[in-house]
Amino acid sequence: MTALPSRPESRVPPVFRAESRVSRAGASPPDPPRRKRRVATHWLYLGPAVALLITFTYVPVANMVWYSFHKWDGLDVTMDPVGWDNYVRVLTDERYWRVFLISLYYFVASFAQIAIALYFAVLLSFNTRFRNLFKGILFFPYLLNGVAVGFVFLYLFQPGGTLDSVLELVGLGEHTRLWLGDPDVANISLAGTSVWRFTGLSFVLFLGAIQSIPGEIYEAADLDGANRWHQFRYIIAPGIRRIISLSFILAISGSLAVFEIPFIMTGGANGTRTFVVQAYETAFQFRQIGLASAMAVVLLLIVLLVTWIQRRLIPDDEVSLS
Amino acid sequence: MTPGRASTAAPSPGWGGGRGAANVAATGKYASLVVASVIVLVPLVVVLFAAFKTHAEYSTSGPLTPPRNWLNFDNFATAWSQGHMLRGFWNTTVILVISLAGTVFVGTLAAYAISRFSFALKRVVLGMFLVAALVPGVTTQVATYQIVKSMGLVNTPWAAIVLFLGTDIVSIYIFIQFMQSIPRSLDEAAVIDGASRFTVYRKVILPLMRPAIATVVIIKGIAIYNEFYIPFLYLRSPDLNVISTALFRFKGPYGAQWETIAACTMIVILPTVLIFLLLQRFIYNGVTAGATK
Repeated sequence: MTALPSRPESRVPPVFRAESRVSRAGASPPDPPRRKRRVATHWLYLGPAVALLITFTYVPVANMVWYSFHKWDGLDVTMDPVGWDNYVRVLTDERYWRVFLISLYYFVASFAQIAIALYFAVLLSFNTRFRNLFKGILFFPYLLNGVAVGFVFLYLFQPGGTLDSVLELVGLGEHTRLWLGDPDVANISLAGTSVWRFTGLSFVLFLGAIQSIPGEIYEAADLDGANRWHQFRYIIAPGIRRIISLSFILAISGSLAVFEIPFIMTGGANGTRTFVVQAYETAFQFRQIGLASAMAVVLLLIVLLVTWIQRRLIPDDEVSLS
Repeated sequence: MTPGRASTAAPSPGWGGGRGAANVAATGKYASLVVASVIVLVPLVVVLFAAFKTHAEYSTSGPLTPPRNWLNFDNFATAWSQGHMLRGFWNTTVILVISLAGTVFVGTLAAYAISRFSFALKRVVLGMFLVAALVPGVTTQVATYQIVKSMGLVNTPWAAIVLFLGTDIVSIYIFIQFMQSIPRSLDEAAVIDGASRFTVYRKVILPLMRPAIATVVIIKGIAIYNEFYIPFLYLRSPDLNVISTALFRFKGPYGAQWETIAACTMIVILPTVLIFLLLQRFIYNGVTAGATK
């Protein structure tokens, strides 16, 4: 299905082989005009995409590294070089490294998210009444606008709001509290919102992977007397290993890059400031571009490191494009 | 174990051997599905309730009480006009249409070059796209902002458009994947008929790419409609509010009037509901294709 990597490359060698005899001698005398024209055309097609990619991804990353060694307010024409000071501050000043710990709430929540999604994906992969209805309901929150989700849950968590009313209805009235105002629970409330919003995505990905397992395998397993647990353990689980490992990667980088939910719902108050909210304030409210860049570089390195470790642990020849 | 028992695991559960156990399992299964559906729907439904309540009714009734009058659209009218939602939808639509057209154009051209031409730097270019996919967009905004600013695009819709175009790697993947499945013999036949490479792209490849283009338009369209950070950062002027930022900024002055905020939230959610009901199947396929590549 996704075997594109090697094929286009394998077409290259014959061309080279034909020319290699000549090119070893020097340039490529046989038909230089034709080669030149081909070089020009493919860049014509590729040009816009590569130009955009370099301008809005690679130049910013390079600039960010450069800024991170300077003290700069984003406006001044001169920047003061400060060496590693910004990095030292990010890693030693509690105000800055503490925001990494907030990611842990979201990271733990994403395990719950994966578990819930997996449970319902397995459930709905077997025959179920109203299957499409349930699938639609479980998936739908993922499509909603982040600001709308933020407001829906502000309404849910406010004092006397939906959650408090439901708790009173079922006789747990004494457990109500300031869900977003109490620093002990605020992050849990926000992480819960995140689970509500993103479980649908994991669920649909898992369900898709399970359904791509051919039905005959289940039939064969039935004949061999396998029960549901055996089917899950020996057919479904290996079939969705790749997508689960991908989900964990997305969970790690996703929990480090949480922005919308805390920014919209609490603005980072009551100990809910996440890494990106902090970086946003540092850069755009306090105008400490250098410091904010150092934070972003640290985050980027963590994400790249995690991805690299995952690729080493679970090598998947399926996704790599190169 | 016994043949009878094995049949419970077959596609028609419920009857067969071990009838009681199967019933318990089925009950548990449906109970958990219903509980999950309630958890998903209740937070949304109560906001819908609030949107139809008058201010007095809102302050005297609990969130779980349905509104007395389901035809009270006053809050929607207030939200629509005071929140300038028409302007929000217009700005969102303009940005959406230009960005999507650009993405399809830039993305299919790049995919055509990568899958149909052979050139020395191909691996490098592919590697660049691959690595870029790992860079989380929110982290680099500190530096991206300076670049967009130096281009003089801050506070113009073009800031959002170039960023939606420029930071999109997933679409290019989807296009490349799909283009690999189009047989090269079609290109070759067209070339023999005297078509230029661009004609092959225009007349042969592009029409065959329709399913991939639909996928990209759907997943990217939803992402742009929902995007908050980029418009919030780059489109500061109220005239440039898109849906997300219009809703976000609406809350300030109406902070205490939840019934109006609820109506505004519902206005933003409604188009998503409609699109989802109409295009369900395509959305599932698109999301699966987009996330796993």
